[in-house]
Parts: sequence; C-alpha cells; structure tokens
Amino acid sequence: MGELRRRLRRRPPKYSAAALAWRGMRGDYWPRVWRDTELKSSYDAVVVGGGVHGLATAYYLARNHGITNVAVVDKAYLGSGASGRNTAIVRANYLTPEGVAFYDRSLQLYNTMALDLNINVMMSERGHLTLAHNDSSLRTMNWRAEVNKLQGVNSCVIGPDEISKIAPALDTSLHPRYPILGALYHPPGGIVRHDAVVWGYARAADHMGVEMHQKTEVLDILCEGGDGPDGKGPGGKVVGVRTNRGDVSTPVVVNCTAGWAGLISAMAGVRLPITTHPLQAAVTEPVKVFLPTVVVSGSLHVYISQTDRGELVFGAAVDAVATYSIRGSLEFTEELAGHVLELMPSVSRMRLLRQWSGLCDMTPDYSPVMGFTPVDGFLVDVGWGTYGFKAAPVSGEQMAEAVATGRTPELIEPFALSRFETGELVGEKGAASVGH
Amino acid sequence: MLLVPCPNCGPRNSTDLRYGGESHARPDPATATPQQWRGYLYLRDNPAGWLRENWYCRSGCRRWFTVERNTATNEFRSPPMPGDKRGGKA
Repeated sequence: MGELRRRLRRRPPKYSAAALAWRGMRGDYWPRVWRDTELKSSYDAVVVGGGVHGLATAYYLARNHGITNVAVVDKAYLGSGASGRNTAIVRANYLTPEGVAFYDRSLQLYNTMALDLNINVMMSERGHLTLAHNDSSLRTMNWRAEVNKLQGVNSCVIGPDEISKIAPALDTSLHPRYPILGALYHPPGGIVRHDAVVWGYARAADHMGVEMHQKTEVLDILCEGGDGPDGKGPGGKVVGVRTNRGDVSTPVVVNCTAGWAGLISAMAGVRLPITTHPLQAAVTEPVKVFLPTVVVSGSLHVYISQTDRGELVFGAAVDAVATYSIRGSLEFTEELAGHVLELMPSVSRMRLLRQWSGLCDMTPDYSPVMGFTPVDGFLVDVGWGTYGFKAAPVSGEQMAEAVATGRTPELIEPFALSRFETGELVGEKGAASVGH
Repeated sequence: MLLVPCPNCGPRNSTDLRYGGESHARPDPATATPQQWRGYLYLRDNPAGWLRENWYCRSGCRRWFTVERNTATNEFRSPPMPGDKRGGKA
C-alpha cells in the first residue's frame, strides 16, 4: 500500500475524461504542461539535450534517485531533434547478447510507460518482420532468433507462406529481383507515438521538480584541472556550463545531444569515435489500414510501418556523407520508391506527402557510447545513431543510475567509451544498420 | 545532391564517388603508441564547419583525392592538384 501511494504521488495529474468534458464545456485553456522558469545559478546536474534520452535521464534521476535539482537544456524546443524525426519503431531482436538484454529492458519500460507517465503514448505492439532476400541474411536471421530465444525474447524465423498470412500486401512470389525467402518475426516489436514520449517524460520530470530550459544553447563547458587549454581534457573535472542565458555551476553534465554530440564533447576536451550523418525518412498520404506489422528489409535499405492515421512511414539508411546539413535529396526518394515497390507493388499509386531528415551520431561498431569519460563529471549518452528512440527509457534509467551512484551500471558496461581503447567493440551492424 | 569537385574529372555527383571520411595523417607504425593508433583508427573531429576529407572517384578516374568541405553548408573549397599527397589515403 505504501508503495502504491508513493507511486501515485510521483505520477503527474491525469488527463481524465471528466477533465476533458469540464474544460471542453468551459472553453478553458489547458494549463502549461511544464513550467517555464528562470535559469538558476547552480544545479546538481545539467542534462544537455532535451530529447527522449535527456528527458528520460532527468526523469529517472528524480524518480529513482530523488535528485530533482536538475536542468535539461536544449538549444531549440524539446524533442526538436531526432526524438521528433525518427520512425518510432521499438524492438529488441538484436544480434549480440549485450544488445538484446539492453533493448529488451527498454521494451519493457515502453510497455508500462502509459501507466508510469500517465499519458497515452499509443504503444502498438504490432509485430516486426525483418525480411531476408538471400541465404546469408536468412542465416543471420536464424542466428538472431537463437540469440533472442536464449535471452527470453520472442523471435522466430518464418517462411514466405506465413509472411503472406501476416502481411498480405507483401509480394512473396519469386518474381521480384530480390524475392522474399523468409523473415525474422518479432511479435513484441511495434511503434510508439514519439512526441507523446517526449511530452510524457517532460511532464513527469517537471512534476517532480526538474526544470526544462528551451532555447538555451550551451556555448561552453567549464572545467578545471585537465591537461588541455582552460583546464579541459582528461584528468580534469566539470565545474559548470556557459549558456546563452548565463553561466550555471554544476558538478555533473550529461551529454545527450545525438547529432551534435561531438561538438558538445569537444567543449569538455573529450574526443569521440563519432561522425554525424543525416538519415532521411518520408511519409505518404493516409489510406485504409492494410499493413498490420512493421516491415524491414536490410538488403533493400528500407523500413515501413503504417500509422494509426493510415500513412505509410518510410525510413532508410543514413546518408554516406558526414554532414550537419539536413536537406533532403531526390536520390533518396527515387531509391526509396523503387525499393518499396519491389516489396509492395500494390502501393504504386500512393503519393508521398513529405520527406525530412534528422541527424544521427554514428559509431564504428553501431553501438552507443554511454557512461563516464576521462573528464570527471562529464557523462555521455551518445552514439545512438539510427536506433536511439527504441533505447531511450533504459538509457535514461541507466544513465541516471550512473550519475546517482558514480558507478557504471552492469547493463551499460559493454558500451563504455573505453571499449575503443581495449578493442572490445560490440558489433551490431548486422542487426542495427537498417533494421528498424 | 552534392557536387564534388574531382581534380581529374571535374564536378561529379557524390553518388559517383565513395566518401572516405576525415583526412588525418597516418602515424608512423614504427614509433606510434597504442593510444595514437586508437586515435587514428576511431576518434574523429566531426566539426560543424570546414573539414579536410578524402573521396574516391569510383566511376570516374578511380583515384583518391582530398578536398575541404563545410559540413554545415556542404560547400567545397580548394581542391588540391592531382598527385598531391597531403591526405592519409591520397
């Protein structure tokens, strides 16, 4: 009973049907979802980056560890980066045991999120099909299925007959240039409304006292005692953050800035094994629901899901050239259309409504970089590349634990920055590069 | 689309070339420390601004070359002359 009462107190107020009716009748404005406060001169921790990772870190710092004197700063608005641009797919069918354990925990947190945050995140556990077009990818699917089963994650390899039962729109004949030979079927995979996840974390963190500061750009990270200029670099420690709204003193800075991770880390004198690449995605006009699962093809560089509103959302691989520019390209649209029609010839007359891109921070082994750095008090939760959204809840939980306890939690030990020194890379390219 | 100035073939669409990443001088294998090798292998500057980088002219002259590109605007400048061996892979 005590536990229940504690949980209830920590939950933000509910959006109930009664409240909706009451406000609807009175024509009231809804109150602000999170406060807009002045920047204080000192915090226990500053989280740079107001996306799902940053907000989840702040939320779990407050909820699990009682650290509420925390500021989340973002140079634009909350969820303006990859958190609002991803294709919202969640799954746990990775290739390495480290990866599977990690993403499985994330999926569990997504499943209880609506209850924990008291907001409808529209979690739709609709199943996830990763198609194999040749023998070698079928072999990798079997490998992934076996690793998943060992870890207690529901995955199996199915043949074309079963695929066409699950998703009749897919062309499972032998006519296409790359026929569908089989698929890795992962029933717990699905999609979540990504904006609701951002707002839910922000609202719940705000309710516990965390401050969200939008349009607050970090200009420099103040350090002392390090090897480099201005006391930055290995051996030093963080003492504060310089923003466009003034200086803030803090012993802990968590870098959750995805595409901009390299720039923020450089402010503390930490070099990262990261390059920034744009990833393009597109959405069609809405039609009647015909695609019940998420469909992914690694060989054709495409992943497809149909939203509850009926639009098809397409994503692709990252652009090959490292850049901070997020302009779309015609090559992307052409290639995407060709590949989608190869899988589903029946959608040939659908029209694309919109295309956009977001920045991805890619690492050499397609696994993230999490935890402590050679600069004391400077933590990173970066290198999330194209798979950050599905990992946000568990990353926040684990990063919060690292900040609160000063030790690296076991679940994220494999993803430490020091793995590039020791050569213990966590190779997830086979399961992460396009497998969303 | 990116128009990449190949020193031999002139401006070409980036899809005709292979992107080779940041251009850094390779440390001398005889004297390099493990830390220097690690830096050369994995660590990147990844600036939002001018960057020296390598390209391979895949469907043209089939040679590696080094140019500078602004990663915020994708503008190119100062392509070096053919045979210039400034970059790591040149």
